[in-house]
Amino acid sequence: MKFGIVVSEGPYTHEASDSAYNFVKAALAKGHEVSRVFFYHDGVNVGTRLSIPPQDDRQIQEQWTALAKEHDLDLVICIAAAQRRGLLDKNEADRQGKDANNIAEGFRISGLGQLIEMGIQADRTVTFGD
Amino acid sequence: MSETVKKFLYVNRKAPYGTIYAQEALEVVLIGAAFDQDVSLAFLDDGVFQLTKGQDTKEIGLKNFSATYRALGDYEVTKLYVEKESLEERGLTLDDLQNIEYEDEDDDYAEKPSIRLVTRAEMAEVMADQDVVLSF
Amino acid sequence: MGTLHTVNKSPFQNQTLLSCLAHAKDGDAILMIEDGVYGATTGTVVSDALASKSTDVTLYVLGADLAARGIDAGRMAEGVTSVDYEGFVELAVTHDRVQNWL
Repeated sequence: MKFGIVVSEGPYTHEASDSAYNFVKAALAKGHEVSRVFFYHDGVNVGTRLSIPPQDDRQIQEQWTALAKEHDLDLVICIAAAQRRGLLDKNEADRQGKDANNIAEGFRISGLGQLIEMGIQADRTVTFGD
Repeated sequence: MSETVKKFLYVNRKAPYGTIYAQEALEVVLIGAAFDQDVSLAFLDDGVFQLTKGQDTKEIGLKNFSATYRALGDYEVTKLYVEKESLEERGLTLDDLQNIEYEDEDDDYAEKPSIRLVTRAEMAEVMADQDVVLSF
Repeated sequence: MGTLHTVNKSPFQNQTLLSCLAHAKDGDAILMIEDGVYGATTGTVVSDALASKSTDVTLYVLGADLAARGIDAGRMAEGVTSVDYEGFVELAVTHDRVQNWL
């Protein structure tokens, strides 16, 4: 079965991104497909490569990046939500005249249409938020 | 874009301005309209506050997006289910909500109300009749 | 068949669990996750609401979130089944749609 996942809260403050990660891992382990993980609202903050959590804590962004690499996951950060919150890839930073970018490997920035498309294509859409 | 037509329900259970959920939900609805899916919006619990008349955000400095609900008809988003019990619990009636209409192209573009007042039991039926439920 | 509902809020903080209970239809399942698992404990102000629905709706709780919060099986309300993440995935597969009460 094909799953689409929405993550709508940021890391550390909420458990949502951890729950989503555990759900995706379990789904993949059972042989299901996860067609896309869409990060919206504060969920976009999961995709910054600049977070430095304490060493004895989990590294949420790195967990997602590793999982994406292993399973070829499509991790999509909503551009509208990302721009509000200061999440930029190189293209967007150049286009907006910003002096830095911060998107982690394995994530890509795209439009809200990707969320709708995911809902159309997936057999089940599951949202983790607050 | 896709020939599949699914029933999408956007569930709004939060009040506007205190958090961004209502505003960013509306952004999804507007983008989603381009995909020609069968779209409905549900307003229940504090979500009914999103539709009230007379919102004025000047003094708090936030964007007033309440007029956008009245424009949804232009995007062919015409089914706004509002839960009667949620209104009543909050001391509201339909008269406290904006007048939201759409032009029915199958009926000589007659203006018709987009808001459909439903009971809690009817709202449960609406929710159970969907393919994709996105909650905000 | 039916809907899998998830609830991630403590019922002592807001009305989300009660709203979910009021909208779930016969044959649906409700899975309590994150802070929602506090709703699955026995002897609380929402116990009656939960019990009155438990014949029509199947109630589940995510074991990992229970354990994290130190809630042992003895404090769980009658009629609530604990599942792991694999069970969560299975519930999503066996129901027609997932509605997340945020």
